[in-house]
Amino acid sequence: MKVHEYQARQLLHDAGIPVPPGSMVETAEEATREAERIFGGGAGLAVVKAQVHAGGRGKAGFVKLVKNANAATEAATFMLSNRMKSPQTPPEGLEVKRLLVAEAVDIAKEFYVAMLVDRARRTNTLIASAEGGVEIEKTAEERPEAIFTMPAHPTLGLQPWQAREVAFRLGFVGKTVGQAVDLMLRLDRLFRASDASLAEINPLVLTPPCDGHPDGRVMAVDAKFSFDDNALFRQKAIADLFDPAEENPLELKAREFGLSYIALDGNIGCLVNGAGLAMATMDIIKLHGGDPANFLDVGGSASEAAVTEAFRIILADPKVKGVLVNIFGGIMQCDVIARAIVSAAKTVGFTVPLTIRLEGTNVAEARRILEAAQSEIPTMQPAGDLGDAARRICAAVAGR
Amino acid sequence: MSILIDGSTRVICQGITGSAGAFHTAGCLAYGSRMVGGVTPGKGGKSDSNGLPIFDTVAQAVSATGADATMIFVPPPGAADAILEAAAAGIRVIAAITEGVPVQDMIRTKAALRDFPETTLIGPNCPGVITPGRRVSGTGPDATFEGGCKIGIMPGYIHTHRADASSGRAVGIVSRSGTLTYEAVWQCSERGIGQSTCVGIGGDPIKGINFIELLERFHADPETDAIVMIGEIGGSDESDAARWIGEHATKPVISFIAGRTAPPGKRMGHAGAIIGGAADTAEAKIAALREAGAVVCESPADLGAAAAEALAVASR
Repeated sequence: MKVHEYQARQLLHDAGIPVPPGSMVETAEEATREAERIFGGGAGLAVVKAQVHAGGRGKAGFVKLVKNANAATEAATFMLSNRMKSPQTPPEGLEVKRLLVAEAVDIAKEFYVAMLVDRARRTNTLIASAEGGVEIEKTAEERPEAIFTMPAHPTLGLQPWQAREVAFRLGFVGKTVGQAVDLMLRLDRLFRASDASLAEINPLVLTPPCDGHPDGRVMAVDAKFSFDDNALFRQKAIADLFDPAEENPLELKAREFGLSYIALDGNIGCLVNGAGLAMATMDIIKLHGGDPANFLDVGGSASEAAVTEAFRIILADPKVKGVLVNIFGGIMQCDVIARAIVSAAKTVGFTVPLTIRLEGTNVAEARRILEAAQSEIPTMQPAGDLGDAARRICAAVAGR
Repeated sequence: MSILIDGSTRVICQGITGSAGAFHTAGCLAYGSRMVGGVTPGKGGKSDSNGLPIFDTVAQAVSATGADATMIFVPPPGAADAILEAAAAGIRVIAAITEGVPVQDMIRTKAALRDFPETTLIGPNCPGVITPGRRVSGTGPDATFEGGCKIGIMPGYIHTHRADASSGRAVGIVSRSGTLTYEAVWQCSERGIGQSTCVGIGGDPIKGINFIELLERFHADPETDAIVMIGEIGGSDESDAARWIGEHATKPVISFIAGRTAPPGKRMGHAGAIIGGAADTAEAKIAALREAGAVVCESPADLGAAAAEALAVASR
């Protein structure tokens, strides 16, 4: 689960990590007031940022530096009344409902710091670079030597000596070393306590010397967090940050029924049990010249009602010109799928070709059910094996 | 011979009174596994619907039954604890079927398991492990078996013991995916190729036993003639395995990598199946495996045929 920048900022602030003053606003008037507050505090520059999960905000004009409250009002009005379009958004763009208005602090130097789950090392790892403010993927590709990694102990977490080593390697000096170390240790604690899977601060900035900070201040200017969906049962505060507006409505609907659904661009709907088999089914469709319309894993123990809903979700996609059902029953019992197909035929209706491949637990009963219903579902054709199923559905869809 | 488990393995189920635990305990018993009891804290002293004794703790179950393997259906909040309890009680093979265990729990659990070098964890989020038994009677879903051991949720009847296979040969199967493993088993059985042991290692980013350890065990097992290795997008485990295969493999390795058509950045059902960097992609893994000398199938429907070819088993 991803959260918005303003939410990530709040999490950092609550964990004792310095962030520039600012807050989330939902109207141009609120943006004006927040900007006035920031400029009233002596700031020379503020920033207005659209709060959407997609990247490419800056180029799209949805991150604006402003020198006074009027300019903030103008930027806010623009962002709240236009859809943001970038290579990372759908073609029609995204509606912007929330903005972050914050002080744009003076920057002496920018860094990158992140904690992430490091599956190869089987622990959490701190990643850092003295080249902040740019995409870390770009740095990793062009100058891998500029990135430092520090695996944290799997049970003890990041140790102070590790944070010190990273701080020195990043080039911090004087009193800023202690600030950077403190920030990294707090980030690691927040990461583990909140069951995060990624906690990225980019840029982490060092300000020029200022009052009370002769060596400058270390602050988190932008942050990106994502959390382990499997841990949300014990992370109520994090789960509450979920913004359904950022999700595909069909994917959300699927989740309610315990289904794992991802919309794709093709025209062959897939209903499969198991994530690996679902991916393999997409692959084999492509291999036979077809194009999958979705990934859909009904999971191990879906009820007849959930599987019927799965058909409803697949057929709600107007691009779908055919459906392939591929079930290898283990926990999932094939007769449950067969009953759901019959039920979906009654309540949703199959006007498109439907190819069905069933094997595994209770397959004989499932075949009896489908044979009995064949006359009611004329577009249905059984397939012998996986290759046969893919050939049949691709041929049926290509002919339409 | 087989790896990890065989007909003499004594198995308990942690979470035996839950619906999944009860259902699959019955399924394992029906297959012929030596199920000797179960654990549900607070229900010790009772029996389950199969007449198996229920214990409050794994240690009690081990001392009363001599259990050396466990099948865990404990829900996610308690799954990591159940794994560690089994390890502490001296259980040798832990198959954690539970889906949805938090990754931070698995990081800590994986580290704590270093104190138990004799214990092998399979999973979590996996179908479990099976060493097929000999077919006694019947065919298809009605077949009965003896002498095998099924610890998990896979349909037992699709598996074939080497001695029952018309080719007289057997593959060992290791896979990150449950149902795709069944697919591979079924295709092999259909072509008269048996299976020595099939291990679903699970779809999570941090898990127990992995490809390389299983490639090693299958190589040491005289009744495994070839290895079917099924991977998917996400992580670098398949590329690491490819390196091992290039340096050590003497038996044929047949592989399929799922997720070639998966878009980057989208989590494909499994928590571990998400493309991050270039090394996570199916293409990178396929290239590494081919470079190492493995046979990588373009289509998941070709696994059985590829195994038959690698073993020089005449096609049907």
